[in-house]
Amino acid sequence: MESAMNALILIGNYIVVPGLAYGSQLALGALGVTMIYAVLRFSNFGHGEIMSFGTMLVILTTFAMQSAGLAIGPLPTALLALPVGIFGAIGLCLLLDRYVYKFYRQQRASPVIYLIVSIGTMFIVGGLVRFIIGPRDRNFGDGERFILKAGEFKANTGFSEGLAIKTAQGITVLTTFFVVGLVFWFLNYTRTGKSMRAFADNEDLALLSGVNPDRVVKITWIITAVLATIAGTLYGLDKSYKPLVYLHLLLPIFAAAIVGGVGNPLGAIAGGYVIAFSELAITFAYKKVFAYVFGDGILGDGLLQLLSTDYKFAVSFMILVIVLLVKPTGIFSGKTL
Amino acid sequence: MSALVGTAMTGGYGGADILRGCTISANSGEITVIVGPNGAGKSTAMKAMFGMLNLRTGTVLLDGKDINGLPPQNRVQCGMSFVPQTQNVFTSMTVEENLEMGGFIRGDDLTDTIEEIFNLFPVLREKRAQPAGELSGGQRQQVAVGRALMTQPKVLMLDEPTAGVSPIVMDELFDRIIDVARTGVAILMVEQNAKQALQIADRGYVLVQGENRYTDRGAALLSNPDVRRAFLGG
Repeated sequence: MESAMNALILIGNYIVVPGLAYGSQLALGALGVTMIYAVLRFSNFGHGEIMSFGTMLVILTTFAMQSAGLAIGPLPTALLALPVGIFGAIGLCLLLDRYVYKFYRQQRASPVIYLIVSIGTMFIVGGLVRFIIGPRDRNFGDGERFILKAGEFKANTGFSEGLAIKTAQGITVLTTFFVVGLVFWFLNYTRTGKSMRAFADNEDLALLSGVNPDRVVKITWIITAVLATIAGTLYGLDKSYKPLVYLHLLLPIFAAAIVGGVGNPLGAIAGGYVIAFSELAITFAYKKVFAYVFGDGILGDGLLQLLSTDYKFAVSFMILVIVLLVKPTGIFSGKTL
Repeated sequence: MSALVGTAMTGGYGGADILRGCTISANSGEITVIVGPNGAGKSTAMKAMFGMLNLRTGTVLLDGKDINGLPPQNRVQCGMSFVPQTQNVFTSMTVEENLEMGGFIRGDDLTDTIEEIFNLFPVLREKRAQPAGELSGGQRQQVAVGRALMTQPKVLMLDEPTAGVSPIVMDELFDRIIDVARTGVAILMVEQNAKQALQIADRGYVLVQGENRYTDRGAALLSNPDVRRAFLGG
């Protein structure tokens, strides 16, 4: 019994808790990608760099606040700096839209042109970010590091395995819950939100009903920038901030959006968790878990790990390929890419 | 007095003219039907009156006011409403949300109008919380007409409302359209099912190659031997 509990705690500590946090970060990212796809009808490859840009502003503001002695008790100062990052990212998105995407909208460019344009913005914004903050790893988390420490858990429960929950993980899950709830409330119950859904569903009919397309596009960018900055900051708090990592995040984020059904907000959330849990579950070394369940003796020398963690991106890629082959519209039946 | 009149309309989508001086008018509380062979410019005439196509010459008057040059959105504000032939509902949104979007331009309280439309199309009340994409063809057309009525228009234009629905559903839809006309709305519609449409029409236009060929009461056109032989299959 106790060994079974230990096995469960092990899985909880290395898969469930980090999976929930990582899944939430992917879900917020994928929600932004999916909204741009639904309303502006293209896959925005620049999304990872928007996350990076917003996070960079949060980090710089955090550093300034820290040196000014500002802090909010046990919580990371970055939360206080978040609005600055959000406004900066909104500004960036609206500028990009005004001076880049608007031109292609007026040309009625095909989605593939948009896609390539978004890759262009990705490189430009990415370069700008590395120019400003540098390519190095940055750690900007402060305050209390853990909600639950592994050592305390062991001492209090008497189990030999510990369960740790980082503050960043707790904040990530709570914030995601709150933000996603807010986005769904906005889309389903407000006039503007409904007009966005109508525009995404049937552009011509929405125009006929008097929906202002410029306004819808603007609001979509604003929501995307907010989501991207929050997702990027939470990811940076949880792991650490490094510009290149945000470029790599694009793959799991797109995988999440497509697995869930691109253009479908609910699908983006589900897809985020599917990708996160698959990634962790497939790259986790199960040796200790099996040792608790079956005893040490019968297990060989192997780690019982399906795939090395170096290949974690291959997991999202595999899932992406499988979904595109088996059910191209995704779990929640979005549009096909 | 006619609610909507398009006089001597000439124009097309660039290149050759599709409309060649055709004139169409619709009266309040009446059903006006445009019929004719394929390529006669039926839908084009209606789209021209809704501002979806620029006329080279000719005028369109709404309640005696010249609305030439106004884009479709502004014509909606002036009291015109249009139901396209295809993709005329928001498939991912519920029936009620479709109606709300129909009244988006109004910005005031929509509950009374939605209630009127539920009284007109009782089946929509039952399906109010269901996505419009899950409804049958006939119900979907009712959502489309309901959406267009949300602005409380003076003129309702329907582009082949019965395309692709069964004969029973077609009769039902025509009954509903008669009900709408009784509320005082001017109805202008293009129809492939010419015989059935002319039976409910107060006035019918037969267009051929962008020109008026016959104009008369619906019943009179139906009993006109020339029209029957040439356009209604005997």
